[in-house]
Amino acid sequence: MEMPVPNPAVLARKSRLVERLQKVLPPDAVIFDEAETRAYECDALTAYKCPPMLVVLPSTTQEVSDVLRICHQEGVPVVPRGSGTSLAGGALPTADCVILGVARMNEVLETDYANRVIRVQSGRTNLSVSGAVEEEGFFYAPDPSSQLACAIAGNIAMNSGGAHCLKYGVTTNNLLGVTMVMMDGTIVEIGGAHLDSGGLDLLGLICGSEGQLGVVTEATLRILRKPEGARPVLIGFDDNEVAGACVSDIIKAGVLPVAIEFMDRLCIETTDKFAKAGYPDCNALLIVEVEGSEAEIDAQLDTITEIARRHDPVELRQSKSPEESAKIWLGRKSAFGAIGQINDYMCLDGTIPVSSLPFVLRRIGEMSEEFGLEVGNVFHAGDGNMHPLILFDANKPGDLELCEAFGAEILKLCVEAGGCLTGEHGVGIEKRDLMTVQYTPEDLEAQMAVKDVFDPAWLLNPAKVFPLAVSQARRDPAPAAA
Amino acid sequence: MLMPTNEAELAEMIRAATGPLSVRGGNTRGLAGPGAPLGVGAISGIGLYEPGALTLVARAGTPLADIEAALAAENQGLPFEPMDHRGLLGTEGTPTIGGVIAANVSGPRRIAVGAARDFLLGVRYVDGAGTVIKNGGRVMKNVTGYDLVKLMAGSHGTLGVMTEVALKVLPRAETAATVVLGGLGAGAGVAAMSAALGTPYEVSAAAYDPATGEAMLRIEGFAASVAYRAERLADVLSDHGKAELRDGAQSQALWRDIRDVAAFRGTDGDVWRISVKPGDAPAFLDAVAPDAALLDWGGGLIWARMPEGADLRRRAGAFAGHATLVRGTGATRATLGAFHPQPSPLAAIAAGLRQRFDPRGILNPGLMG
Ligand SMILES: Cc1cc2nc3c(=O)[nH]c(=O)nc-3n(C[C@H](O)[C@H](O)[C@H](O)COP(=O)(O)OP(=O)(O)OC[C@H]3O[C@@H](n4cnc5c(N)ncnc54)[C@H](O)[C@@H]3O)c2cc1C
Repeated sequence: MEMPVPNPAVLARKSRLVERLQKVLPPDAVIFDEAETRAYECDALTAYKCPPMLVVLPSTTQEVSDVLRICHQEGVPVVPRGSGTSLAGGALPTADCVILGVARMNEVLETDYANRVIRVQSGRTNLSVSGAVEEEGFFYAPDPSSQLACAIAGNIAMNSGGAHCLKYGVTTNNLLGVTMVMMDGTIVEIGGAHLDSGGLDLLGLICGSEGQLGVVTEATLRILRKPEGARPVLIGFDDNEVAGACVSDIIKAGVLPVAIEFMDRLCIETTDKFAKAGYPDCNALLIVEVEGSEAEIDAQLDTITEIARRHDPVELRQSKSPEESAKIWLGRKSAFGAIGQINDYMCLDGTIPVSSLPFVLRRIGEMSEEFGLEVGNVFHAGDGNMHPLILFDANKPGDLELCEAFGAEILKLCVEAGGCLTGEHGVGIEKRDLMTVQYTPEDLEAQMAVKDVFDPAWLLNPAKVFPLAVSQARRDPAPAAA
Repeated sequence: MLMPTNEAELAEMIRAATGPLSVRGGNTRGLAGPGAPLGVGAISGIGLYEPGALTLVARAGTPLADIEAALAAENQGLPFEPMDHRGLLGTEGTPTIGGVIAANVSGPRRIAVGAARDFLLGVRYVDGAGTVIKNGGRVMKNVTGYDLVKLMAGSHGTLGVMTEVALKVLPRAETAATVVLGGLGAGAGVAAMSAALGTPYEVSAAAYDPATGEAMLRIEGFAASVAYRAERLADVLSDHGKAELRDGAQSQALWRDIRDVAAFRGTDGDVWRISVKPGDAPAFLDAVAPDAALLDWGGGLIWARMPEGADLRRRAGAFAGHATLVRGTGATRATLGAFHPQPSPLAAIAAGLRQRFDPRGILNPGLMG
């Protein structure tokens, strides 16, 4: 993956920058030693690494503002970072950038049960937001699988989703307000504990903007009372297509499950082997979870079971207890880990219309043979967000490139089927060059115009989201005439 | 009136425009400003509806009623319950889906499931330079590039003229019932709603009427589940008052009236719509002393009827939230402004976005500050 050539003029200002930053931050919050900056050289897209010039770890909004004002004055690119779990390379540094990490900003600022909101500093981890309100029986709904590690900051930047978003929505549907620092150091408040932020929906615009419009330092989030209970049913089919039809019928029947998860044969067998989930021997497996009181859960599971029966399932297991529920979820939850045990893999994230599921799965199977690389499919079937896992061998020369080429073809297929390149992981550097598959030059121009307004000098995370050639003129307004 | 019949014609007209355009769908929401009227009503029709995928794509001028009918035939609906402004404003015309989205019109269920903007999956629009742009798509999860979809929702035609919207829809609830607690002052009413919304019983709407002192809590779903939750809710709220149950047509009519602020229909005076933190609502009412009020969204949405020309924002003083003048004379709009003024850094961003999306400043100039 190509990254812009570091700007020598910026590199030359390193010591002056360190000096200026040390005046506004505590000594241990400015990291410039090369041995230490290396810890920030990548995010969870580990195939790409580059240590940054500097790392700063501010503790307050004011410190963030001071840092950005200085970087703005010095013309230094800034890459915001939460916990570094991005799978798209969103937090990947360039050699001439300052990594602005918000990990030290992890306080809960206010919990308000009567108004059902919590206000936190953005470096707080996703799971610990729910943890802060758990005792009162509340939770924060978006639950990415990385929730133990990932920060609210990254969740907002990527508009992250989770297993339960079929019912509760993704980050943008649960975000009420932010405190954000603009690249020039201006602090803005958008939204708050009230609904709808007023004026143009800037909150909606910032959510999912991948750290390119401002640095979010605080967030007001909607919290919800936990349901009385939840239980899944496991349904096995001999055929992907039939599983897809079953999903569609469940949705049409008016039951709204919290989650409908799908796994194909490769994932079923692998997780069964490594997690001992005791899954049935079949080609497609659905896990459908519903919520409510015991009686409500039974009623919904009965309806789902009845629908599933019409599709000749090879297996139907309705959970009756927390133990049985855990067992059903075990394989799904350990799917990525299990596959990781057998192979290196690349995880894709395209979304397709639920109706194209059978077609897309069939095509992926055919392409898998063409490329000679195996693919496992595990995904959120209720909303069509696929996670094809392409297996490759990182030690085999050329395999990563082959895998990336295959991945690109799958994502193009998603777009052709009426879907999109990424459902929850974001574009980052990974899908940057595919943006032209989904969007016309005019579509991209409209998006870049937004960045022009928030960050006219294109200093915030500039090398992401847009194909480098497309953003070139904005990132590097070359003064010299050719 | 300019009446393009398709997107290409619309783009042509915008490119050819030499002065301000007043963009409108059915013009039922009382927002049309000065300029040459540009109607989107002829860019109409449902392009795609997949009940099994919960998605519907329609051209912006499609009558809302057509969409609701198509959805009803499959036992589905628009979850965000958009209000009908005609009664309140005394307007006539055919509400369009484009107008609903452009004004981010959301009703009582907003508090449980989200606003219009939360159900908008994709848009196509023509910007102020006459360029056709698309963003988002028709799938439920999409983080590809910036979310201009949210930006277009609620932009009131100031950034572009929408030609097509893709929506997420949901199954209609089999049944609904409303738990009503009476004899409550505003403080107690909001407290009861907060308590109800803090239960696991999935209250789908919570309103309070100061005129009757009633807090109303709606439960929706399958019949057995509704009965169970309504009973549990009444139980949990016993400290707040004795609960009474309204169901069937009675419950339905009640929420339609709240959605459309039917109580203010045919009255005199200005009507304001205020968004606040629910707990702030009682003090807000005390401060502005409206002639009449209605609280929706658990107290987070205040409808206030004020004497003509009264400056509600000044009476309220500084508060966290925003107040929109929904009904008022031209003179009142001119003096007070329909939209809440924004703090300067946000106003500067908004102005910057408008400048980029509509460089000639011809789309609904004057609207949204
Ligand atoms: C094992 C695993 C499972 C995962 N499962 C899911 C899943 O189920 N659903 C899902 O959606 N994602 C998932 N992810 C992806 C990832 O966890 C999310 O994208 C997450 O939101 C990233 O958060 P982070 O704090 O680690 O952000 P980082 O990786 O640090 O940064 C991500 C992006 O946010 C920007 N950013 C960071 N902080 C700020 C800030 N303060 N202001 C502005 N921008 C900022 C960065 O510049 C970058 O572009 C998974 C990742 C892993 C490794």
